[in-house]
Amino acid sequence: MKKVIVLGATSAIAQATVRLLAARGAALYLVGRNAANLEAVARDATTRGAPKVEFRALDLNDCEAHASLVERAWQALGELDGAVLAHGVLGDQAESQRSWAATELVLRTNFLSAASLLTELANRFEAQKAGTLVVISSVAGDRGRQSNYVYGASKGALTVFLQGLRNRLAKSGVAVVTVKPGFVDTPMTAHVPKNKLFASPEQVARGLLKAADGRKNEVYVPGFWALIMLIIRSIPEPVFKRLKL
Amino acid sequence: MSTSDSWGRFPRVEQQARALVWRSDALPRVDGPVLPHGLGRSYGDSCLNGGGTVLLTAGLDRLIDFDPATGVVRCESGVSLDTLLRLAVPRGWFLPVTPGTKFVTVGGAIANDVHGKNHHRAGTFGRHVRRFELVRSDGSRRMCSPEENADWFGATIGGLGLTGLVTWAEVQLTPIRNPFVVQETVPFENLDGFMRVSAESEADHDFTMSWVDCLARGRKLGRGLFYRGNFAPTQFDRLPLARSHLSHGSGLAVPVDLPGFCLNRLSVSAFNFLYYHRERTKPSPRLVHYDPFFYPLDSVYGWNRIYGRRGFLQFQCVVPHATARDALKELLERSARGGLPSFLSVLKTFGDLPSPGWMSFPRPGYTLALDFANRGEKTWRLVEELDRVTREAGGAVYPAKDARMSPESFAAYFPQRERFSAYIDPAFSSSFWRRVNPASLPLPSLEGRQVSIP
Ligand SMILES: Cc1cc2nc3c(=O)[nH]c(=O)nc-3n(C[C@H](O)[C@H](O)[C@H](O)COP(=O)(O)OP(=O)(O)OC[C@H]3O[C@@H](n4cnc5c(N)ncnc54)[C@H](O)[C@@H]3O)c2cc1C
Repeated sequence: MKKVIVLGATSAIAQATVRLLAARGAALYLVGRNAANLEAVARDATTRGAPKVEFRALDLNDCEAHASLVERAWQALGELDGAVLAHGVLGDQAESQRSWAATELVLRTNFLSAASLLTELANRFEAQKAGTLVVISSVAGDRGRQSNYVYGASKGALTVFLQGLRNRLAKSGVAVVTVKPGFVDTPMTAHVPKNKLFASPEQVARGLLKAADGRKNEVYVPGFWALIMLIIRSIPEPVFKRLKL
Repeated sequence: MSTSDSWGRFPRVEQQARALVWRSDALPRVDGPVLPHGLGRSYGDSCLNGGGTVLLTAGLDRLIDFDPATGVVRCESGVSLDTLLRLAVPRGWFLPVTPGTKFVTVGGAIANDVHGKNHHRAGTFGRHVRRFELVRSDGSRRMCSPEENADWFGATIGGLGLTGLVTWAEVQLTPIRNPFVVQETVPFENLDGFMRVSAESEADHDFTMSWVDCLARGRKLGRGLFYRGNFAPTQFDRLPLARSHLSHGSGLAVPVDLPGFCLNRLSVSAFNFLYYHRERTKPSPRLVHYDPFFYPLDSVYGWNRIYGRRGFLQFQCVVPHATARDALKELLERSARGGLPSFLSVLKTFGDLPSPGWMSFPRPGYTLALDFANRGEKTWRLVEELDRVTREAGGAVYPAKDARMSPESFAAYFPQRERFSAYIDPAFSSSFWRRVNPASLPLPSLEGRQVSIP
């Protein structure tokens, strides 16, 4: 990935990824909501060696704007050969249970806006028969649990969408990489007490780029989540539904 | 509230922590006083805020600008010196001043106005800071430089994190042609020997510092090894600059607190003896990479744990030239006699380049740093004595390495403190500040928040 659009560039994982990409000399187009914060990330990337960094402040829930956004990024960098989708919200499960508006916001941010962006990007990558789409999903999408099934559903839908997309794009040589982090120590999880399962954004970013370089399909970062989720997925539903998870 | 400590692992206090993420954000509103906290490489309680909140600057770690032609770097205050080195060294620049660890933040380096092995040449870190932004709890943002808001500039450099939050700073780096240092080791037999080598080394060497065998007594009192060095000229270049950011370090780590019996008079003597004789016999001059030259301790991760759970006390003082000979003699004699000897004792000459910081610690004279495992009352009495000797010699003790100086000593060491006090942000305070200014205690309930006592 040499010319990369990063969506949700001010998120902690995206920032760490941007640093690694910048150090490798990738040109970047950064998208996020807050212009001042985006500028801070852009300057950091430039100073760390990115030859070209452009940014645009945009609320990615505005799906209408996606086509022109991708077009602009394409123009700005000459073309794109990589995309990192990192925007998302954790939401609040209790709040989502009370209010459809809260549920809809999580689904819209984590799934609908990603699906819309991926539609734009996939068509262009398919046409040029090259490119890597890296998307941050979550281990939470592997099985619905009472503690966060709205978030889980948004990520589960994203994972399935990506599986289909990968299947479709395989013949065009476009890689679709699903990254499934476990707990990450970011502002998104600032309120959660930390334990040994938490990874740093840098760790996740390194895993993400390694997966992208290797054109992997689905990866868990850190890798031990593959085992944890294997166990969680194999608990029979009659048992699972009585568990407090 | 959770329990925290500093690099010396003493004291432990209960405090809250809030992470800062964006430099344009307003300061978080919390009950009680706040204090910025960088990488916690201060030893005592100057980076602690018992009963209050520390504002973690680790998230403010973005670079803003670097001009490889002029060596001016602008970055957020939570950027570590390690990050700056990774950026600068391959492009032919180095930190103008660096402490003995690269795991400190730019904000922390400003707030303690840190010094390095080149104080006689370059003065303190604050001399190389071109400007910074200071954010106060009233929401104001000030650009501070020697020209603009010069009083805030002077109050904040060495200002112990009390004048507000530094969000970003601009620093002038120094050009180098080589990441390697030509190092010479010169043994000296006693204090007079040290002073002689130091005086003759200053003219030709950018970096000087000595290790002292603090167990040597009598005629050998103050014997040790003098290290001096300069960055190697270009013809020594063995590696292209761009690939020269070697990271050294054996990857050694101290995984657990060592039990107290590992550290006794015998083991410290053995260490000091072996160190002295091994280092003496290494070839000199020799070429060493800047990393082990400047940061020998960074290669052992978590070395502060060798002192065990009770932590240790650092003592670093400076004494003026006029009184230095007697004072240093007495300091060394007392520390060799009293209790457990110091593991690492470092002597260095401070030059007379003034700092822009009003509360800066370095001043012309000799600085001696000692560390003592915390063995309770005995250790405290010893360090108190060292403090008294320093005060009587007209010297000063370094707040960044202090957990115990008295309010009276503090007042004697920092005559500018009255002027400085007017610039303290009303929402900012620290465990250190309340300790050395009992009258300033904003919340009486904060007393007794210290979890462990010696
Ligand atoms: C192995 C070792 C060797 C050392 N060698 C030396 C040496 O040679 N010379 C020397 O001078 N010191 C030395 N020190 C001490 C160290 O350099 C200082 O304590 C330094 O200030 C630590 O920086 P920090 O980022 O860890 O800050 P902290 O210890 O976390 O904080 C230090 C102070 O900075 C303030 N601060 C931090 N960030 C900001 C900000 N953004 N805005 C305002 N205030 C802020 C804090 O409130 C606090 O008062 C050494 C320490 C170690 C562990």
